[in-house]
Amino acid sequence: MCGIVGLFAKSPEIEVRLGEHLAAMLVQMSSRGPDSAGVAVYRSPAPNGSSKLTLFSPDDQERWGAVRDGLCDAFGTCAEPSVRASHAVFVVDADAEEAERWVRANRPDLRVMSAGRVIEIYKETGLPEEFARAFSLDDFQGTHALGHTRMATESRVTTEGSHPFSTGFDLCLVHNGSLSNHNRLRESLRREGIEFQTENDTEVAAGYLAWRLREGASLEQALEGCLDDLDGFYTFAVGTADGFAVLRDPIACKPAVLAETDQWVAMSSEWRAIAVLPGAADAQAWEPEPGVVYAWEKALV
Amino acid sequence: MAVAEREHAAVEVVDLARTSLRELNQRLHDLSARPGPRQWRVVNPSGAHAVACGLDADVEVEIDGHVGYYCAGMNKLATVRVHGNASTGIAENMMSGRVEVDGNVSQSAGATGRGGLLVVHGNASSRCGISMKGIDIVVGGSVGHMSAFMAQTGCLVVCGDAGEALGDSIYEARLYVRGEVVSLGADCVEKDMRDEHLAQVRDLLGAAGIDADPAEFRRYGSARQLYTFKIDNAGAY
Repeated sequence: MCGIVGLFAKSPEIEVRLGEHLAAMLVQMSSRGPDSAGVAVYRSPAPNGSSKLTLFSPDDQERWGAVRDGLCDAFGTCAEPSVRASHAVFVVDADAEEAERWVRANRPDLRVMSAGRVIEIYKETGLPEEFARAFSLDDFQGTHALGHTRMATESRVTTEGSHPFSTGFDLCLVHNGSLSNHNRLRESLRREGIEFQTENDTEVAAGYLAWRLREGASLEQALEGCLDDLDGFYTFAVGTADGFAVLRDPIACKPAVLAETDQWVAMSSEWRAIAVLPGAADAQAWEPEPGVVYAWEKALV
Repeated sequence: MAVAEREHAAVEVVDLARTSLRELNQRLHDLSARPGPRQWRVVNPSGAHAVACGLDADVEVEIDGHVGYYCAGMNKLATVRVHGNASTGIAENMMSGRVEVDGNVSQSAGATGRGGLLVVHGNASSRCGISMKGIDIVVGGSVGHMSAFMAQTGCLVVCGDAGEALGDSIYEARLYVRGEVVSLGADCVEKDMRDEHLAQVRDLLGAAGIDADPAEFRRYGSARQLYTFKIDNAGAY
């Protein structure tokens, strides 16, 4: 099963309450995914020349100040991290690649959930409602966000196996469905230098997109490549620094609904999650066609 | 008597923002055992699943808003109208009665339906009428891929276009499409529109309240060459 939600603000009113709306949507998808929940929120771009990392620590006593000190020593000034439950967001005076490399080399016990200038990813096992409370989702302001509720089929229920999966800087993927050729594809992507941290099928799709983008494909081309190279069932939602895209496999067994008003664009596995948004009753709503890429973007960085 | 008539004429309003879905459906199910209100209005469905599912009484249920999966599933005798969109499996396995949707419906509308009439004024998504067994379905807009897959009996009338693989592995159902058909599925072929078919389309459009010229429709059905009809062809699959 699994549930997907996505919200793209078209007005300042939605931007300031993005987290509140996202949390309400996520909770509606609890029955589709009670194992774990996660969100990618696009907000507060890091200043030019800086980058933003979301780190996860399995240690609930993690001393994030020590991580900050290490980053300061390596890259100069580094603001206090913003800590939410098991995750902390650092704005680092370096590009995302350098900052991520430092974490992997110096703190291999930490997991880089996302890297970029705008994206922040939070994910955890447990019910969506508990997740929303633990990570204070209501507080978030931002331009757009994706969320996922997981009912695991292909791999273990862990924080790392939860969605969204980051697929590169400021990129993320959430998935409803299951892929059947992920083991072989993972091996061929590894030969291309793409790194995987779990045995999860969605991470392979994320890695595939990262690889195609690295090789020069546009997001739309990379997604269209999924139609040829991925075997299985999927509704994907992909987040980028300035928007999100939706793709369903050609058989389209996995549900998806899109809706738009003057205030927002939303996608979800089911209408229930969109019905909680302001003005939903009068929204234009439709089911995305199989095998067609839908994308929304706005200038942000 | 006058009091009883007034009671029966009154519209019973159920607000799903205040009443549980289980309570609504139980009250509707109770109507098959003892008489109650004949006119119902359900407000704030908010995409809930299985709204007005399993009815077995000659009542009318109007739903204001969008519904989730399996709305009016297994319907018998009742008339259910959705003033909005419906998700997967609207009127699935309907036995009799009438289900009508103002907006669009998602996949598998009318799946395995055995009787009654399903009217969709908007578009229907993939697998509309999959394995239909006697239900009549009239779609004002278009239908998606694999519609009428393994359709056994009944009619599917599409006023717009049909997606890929229409009528794949079809048995005896009749398919009428006014617009383009992207492709026909295995063993589905175009057939002549004779007077009896024009009359059938006219009747179904009339019953659905959709204004269209029956002469503009083309008919599709089974070539009866699949291995289910001709055992000699079993090896072809």
